[in-house]
Amino acid sequence: MSAFLQQEVPLSWYLILSAVLFSLGVVGFLIKRNLITVFMSIELMLNGVNLSFVTFAQQWHAVKGQIFVFFVMMVAAAEAAVGLAIIIAVFRARATLDVDRIDRMKL
Amino acid sequence: MHLFIFVIFAGFCVAGAVNLLLQSHPITSALSLIVVMTSLAVLYLLLGAEFLAIAQVIVYAGAIMVLFTFVVMLLNAGREARTRGSRAAQVVGLPAVVAILAVMATVILQAQGLGATRLSDGLTNVKGQTNLDQLGAILFTKLLLPFEVTSVLILIAILGAVALASHEGSGVKDQGSERTGEE
Repeated sequence: MSAFLQQEVPLSWYLILSAVLFSLGVVGFLIKRNLITVFMSIELMLNGVNLSFVTFAQQWHAVKGQIFVFFVMMVAAAEAAVGLAIIIAVFRARATLDVDRIDRMKL
Repeated sequence: MHLFIFVIFAGFCVAGAVNLLLQSHPITSALSLIVVMTSLAVLYLLLGAEFLAIAQVIVYAGAIMVLFTFVVMLLNAGREARTRGSRAAQVVGLPAVVAILAVMATVILQAQGLGATRLSDGLTNVKGQTNLDQLGAILFTKLLLPFEVTSVLILIAILGAVALASHEGSGVKDQGSERTGEE
């Protein structure tokens, strides 16, 4: 039982998972055609990076990595609020969420 | 135990992320993103970051994703059209993603000195402080200025979101006044 509790997981597995999540976010950014889903892929990338911050905080026993993640979360909250407001404004002007049809800054 | 929990929740993470890509309806994508974020909270707990695990659930899975689902429902976003996408994305983008992932995986697997983590391995230090003690001690002494600057940033973001999403233009304003008149 104690051996079961003492099992170790290499930190490189966490880093690989973080790299995989980041890459899946980039793929989503490239292949998705809905504006909101593209935005969600960006959030997925942010989460992948956060995981590697926390992993390195554990590796170096430094709490500063966790504080960085805390700041990333706050900025992500602000970014989501502004980004979704922009999406609402774009939808009101164009009546579509298809990124192929939103290809001009001017109306 | 640690390995067991890690495998389960890492699997949830990857499955949720892949499901986000495969679903064509934005609301299903949003729900799979919530799965990813909640599983990440469990992984943060395994890495000894209790405060971030809670913050992940409250801020990401709670606040941000509720905002996303709210906007999806507000705009009545339907199924996305399956188009070919841009040629640049297919020719340059996807091979570049594979290359980046391969490079990162090679570097990570060859890295020397990366440790391992056990279930009881918190970020405990000699004074017996908890994770939250340590975070608070640094956040409210050394990093007080960035912390306060972030609060200003969030205030500006709120004002910007209200200004962007509020009704502009006379036609839309008329609709709004008509509605209040009906009530």
